[in-house]
Amino acid sequence: MPDAWFSHHPSSPESTLVAGGVWQLSTLATLIQEIDALLPQITTSELCIECDTLKSLDTSGAWLLQRTLLRLEENGTCCQLKNISPEHQALLTYVQEYGQQQRKEKVTNAWLANSLVSIGQSCLFSWNEALRFIAFLGHMVTTTGRVFKNPALMRVTATLHHMEMVGIRALPIVSLTAFLIGVVIAYQGATLLKQFGANIFIVDLVAVSILRELGILITAIIVAGRSGSAFTAQIGMMKVNEEIDAMRTMGLDPMIVLLLPRLLALILTLPLLTFIADFAGLAGGALISWITLDINPILFVQQLQTVIAPSTFYVGIIKAPVFAAVIALVGCFCGFQVSGNAESVGRRTTTSVVLSIFLVIIMDAVFSIFFSEIDF
Amino acid sequence: MLGEEYIIDVQGLTTRLGEYTIHERLNLTVRRGEILGIVGGSGTGKSVLMKTIIGLIKPSSGHIRVFGQDISALSESERQMIGKRWGVLFQDGALFSSLTVAQNVEAVLREAYSLPRDLVSELAALKIKMVGLPPEAGDKFPSELSGGMRKRAGLARALVLDPEIVFLDEPTAGLDPIAAAALDELIQYLQKTLGLTVLIVTHDLDSLYAICDRVAALAEKQVLVTAPLDELVKYPHPWVQAYFHGVRTREQEPQAMDVN
Ligand SMILES: Nc1ncnc2c1ncn2[C@@H]1O[C@H](COP(=O)(O)OP(=O)(O)OP(=O)(O)O)[C@@H](O)[C@H]1O
Ligand SMILES: [Mg+2]
Repeated sequence: MPDAWFSHHPSSPESTLVAGGVWQLSTLATLIQEIDALLPQITTSELCIECDTLKSLDTSGAWLLQRTLLRLEENGTCCQLKNISPEHQALLTYVQEYGQQQRKEKVTNAWLANSLVSIGQSCLFSWNEALRFIAFLGHMVTTTGRVFKNPALMRVTATLHHMEMVGIRALPIVSLTAFLIGVVIAYQGATLLKQFGANIFIVDLVAVSILRELGILITAIIVAGRSGSAFTAQIGMMKVNEEIDAMRTMGLDPMIVLLLPRLLALILTLPLLTFIADFAGLAGGALISWITLDINPILFVQQLQTVIAPSTFYVGIIKAPVFAAVIALVGCFCGFQVSGNAESVGRRTTTSVVLSIFLVIIMDAVFSIFFSEIDF
Repeated sequence: MLGEEYIIDVQGLTTRLGEYTIHERLNLTVRRGEILGIVGGSGTGKSVLMKTIIGLIKPSSGHIRVFGQDISALSESERQMIGKRWGVLFQDGALFSSLTVAQNVEAVLREAYSLPRDLVSELAALKIKMVGLPPEAGDKFPSELSGGMRKRAGLARALVLDPEIVFLDEPTAGLDPIAAAALDELIQYLQKTLGLTVLIVTHDLDSLYAICDRVAALAEKQVLVTAPLDELVKYPHPWVQAYFHGVRTREQEPQAMDVN
């Protein structure tokens, strides 16, 4: 015997059904199958439901019974419950008061309309986002103006803290990556240059690619992934916990407390990180030159000094503060845009990293064109 | 189920968090079908006690038996089974922030049983309405609700599986007196009709008077006494006396007489 049943009565199958057993959430799955199978067969206009074997009922079971009655009535069958215990009846009345059957919505096949709507919505969203970013920049500029007038507003301790977090803590990974990039470039270059007997040009190859482009690019990408995401997540979590609102009510400007220290810290540390990355990259290149082409480090450095103009180095370093500003602004902006829930924090963090890396590469392309136009 | 007298049985419980001892050799028993209130000063470890009973915090020593099973010795699948038999309302709601209220409630049902979609949403809507939320609250995200509404949404989620025990951590905090009374009524109704066992942490003296069969007073890392409220108020311990006969409780006292 099953735990719960809903079936025809053996003696008068036409007009009587039996609801019995344990009508609880755990038995609903089987019950609803029985009900769905049974209901279409019922054509009589009057029906009696025998409940004397109904052992127990919880609110979910009561709702299923109630809902079955409603469905029968919709089909023009008038139902009556027989031998139902007063407690069960009370529970039925209770769920009748609170429950409501869901209307089956007609699924319209509006595929085209829906996709148009979602395209429109995302366009509007991007447009609004762009407007908000411009407003954010404006706010940042006026706040910076205020801080220039009254430097005491600047949070020095927070800035130093962030310099440690984004700068010193990033040193190992940045220098290791740059070193390996130097190794890779020198290795690839060495096999090529050997064929021409142009061994000594390995120095030019390594120095130009690392100093002009790769040192700063690698550093910026690592920092965007490391610190840009951290900025978004930190500020976003504070937004979710209403900490930012609390800050405002205390008369603290989130721009001053949260944005400016991060912005300044990144602008100050990214050039330094880039310098270290350049150094590590050159070291990697020098090591490989020594091993594969027998150019010893002293020769490498001498060649470096004679063929590489200082401008090659400056081209890389000049880009650093700009990239830093892009990363910090995008990271913080995305953090301030978080609304409500944990998922939003995750989404915004992803956006922040992708967007800042994308913008860094765009800016890099712009710089390349600019520097080559002015022959720097 | 097994016919044993106590559905929750805590013996000699010692809980340490970090270097602090929150409970020391604490004993507490809850009978099947009763509403047990837990009172205690802020920070005495009521929420921690609740979390320890449901197995979220590991006790340093002592035995906790719920439904006759030792909570700390459960396997993962036994934990899941037992999780279907109780419902928990956390002090701060603990709703899933990326789901709407209705989805929060439905998620519990979906995880536990495989039922048709329309029935799941009907059952969820039923519970949402039972706890006194307006129907349109179902489509809102937790961050769009008021504090009291979040509480009630949490309660709907705790009740949706029609559990045998519900643990409620300050269910009426942040509710207006009318809503709080309605909630008390709901809890009492469910206890009467479904034989629910309720463990309720509350500072709300009205709730204590209105619905609790017995009240446990938590102080000095232990349960001082568990007794019906009219006996508890006479218990000669300075904290209990201060709690029930303080300035803020004065106006409640005539009501206490009514209960007697
Ligand atoms: N995760 C934790 N780690 C360390 N200590 C904790 C932790 N959670 C709680 N505590 C400490 O345990 C004690 C009891 O906390 P608990 O939240 O149980 O208080 P409570 O009795 O529920 O108070 P309230 O009435 O304010 O809710 C507090 O002193 C708290 O600082
Ligand atoms: Mg608490």
